[in-house]
Amino acid sequence: MTGHEQYAEDLTLHALGVLDKEDIHTLEEHISSCSSCRRELLRLQDDAAWLALSTVGPVPPARARKRLLESIAREPRIPRIVQKRAFWAMAIPYGLAAALALLTVFFRSEIVDLRRRMTNLQSSYSAQQHELTQARDLVNTFTSAEAKHITLVAANASPQPQAKAFYLWTTGRLVFLASNMAPVSTARAYELWLIPETGAPIPAGTFKPDAHGSAVIVNPPLPRGVEAKAFAVTIEPEAGSAAPTTQPIMIGAGE
Amino acid sequence: MGLLYDRYSPIVYSVALRVLGDAAAAEDVLQEVFMQLWRNPRAFNSSRGALGAWLGVITRNRAIDCLRRRRPETHIDDVVVSVEPDLASEAERARTIAKIRTTLSSMPVGQRIALEMAYFEGLTHSEIASKTGESLGTIKTRIRSGLLALRGALAQ
Repeated sequence: MTGHEQYAEDLTLHALGVLDKEDIHTLEEHISSCSSCRRELLRLQDDAAWLALSTVGPVPPARARKRLLESIAREPRIPRIVQKRAFWAMAIPYGLAAALALLTVFFRSEIVDLRRRMTNLQSSYSAQQHELTQARDLVNTFTSAEAKHITLVAANASPQPQAKAFYLWTTGRLVFLASNMAPVSTARAYELWLIPETGAPIPAGTFKPDAHGSAVIVNPPLPRGVEAKAFAVTIEPEAGSAAPTTQPIMIGAGE
Repeated sequence: MGLLYDRYSPIVYSVALRVLGDAAAAEDVLQEVFMQLWRNPRAFNSSRGALGAWLGVITRNRAIDCLRRRRPETHIDDVVVSVEPDLASEAERARTIAKIRTTLSSMPVGQRIALEMAYFEGLTHSEIASKTGESLGTIKTRIRSGLLALRGALAQ
């Protein structure tokens, strides 16, 4: 009770059940947050319980025993309990069976649903795999070192440098194919430019043609949502320029 | 139930008679307490203490309710007493009772009266102070000191 002396006497009265009603609230509020006083209250209640034994001496009249046993005999205790237990003994298995049946139905429908979803996912996965294979084949056709780039021109006409740009402005995706390009010196490179509707040209990658004069640029880093008025190619330092430093040698507008 | 009655009815009847001072009323409380035990035996948790002490507390509470002409204020399920021993042994019971009586009789009269008025008459300290003419603080102190003296005696 150290530190709780102010409650000690009220705890004793409360243990005896005789604390004034107006003091009970205050004490119980303290007890609710004080384990030490809660323990002391229980101990005082035990102390008080001994007081009852100080009275032992008088014995009840014999008729009291007979009266009690007769009252008990009239009390339908055992049948009531048996009935109660019998009801639960019957109800519990039925309840469990019903619950199991419900769970079975529930899980069966879940399994059917999961199977259906798995089949759909497998179909979707197969379709995506097929599309991915086709896309890879397509890109390989453009980019593989083994791929031959052939430009057909009118008979008897000498091949001319030409290029095609396939550009999707909403996503910023670009595929650029060039052929019959003349070689450039060691420190120089061709640079492709996206020329927007408004504003400065945007660099779209540098390239050097291979031995056959072909080159490919696939998806250079370009901002999304920029509509192209035209594409142009200039010759720039090998590392590329932020803005064109020479006149375009090729230019083309959208078809 | 007959065996329980034979063993514990003296405690129940004595407490009821001490509180009510009327044999017929005490007998009614005796009946009521044992019928409650018969109807709801699980209200007593044997792992928490002795049946004799628990019945004593139940009886005292019910008898005070009768004395004050009021409905039972404490349900028997709410009464927890964890004192030992069980007092089932006659010799043990006799020794404990003797110790309690000796402690009570050796208390200053004012202290014993205050404690007994609180326990057996269910009077609040204000009511005891009013009846005895003592101050509220004195009554509070006497009741607490008396109960702690009993604790000390039984701990020996």
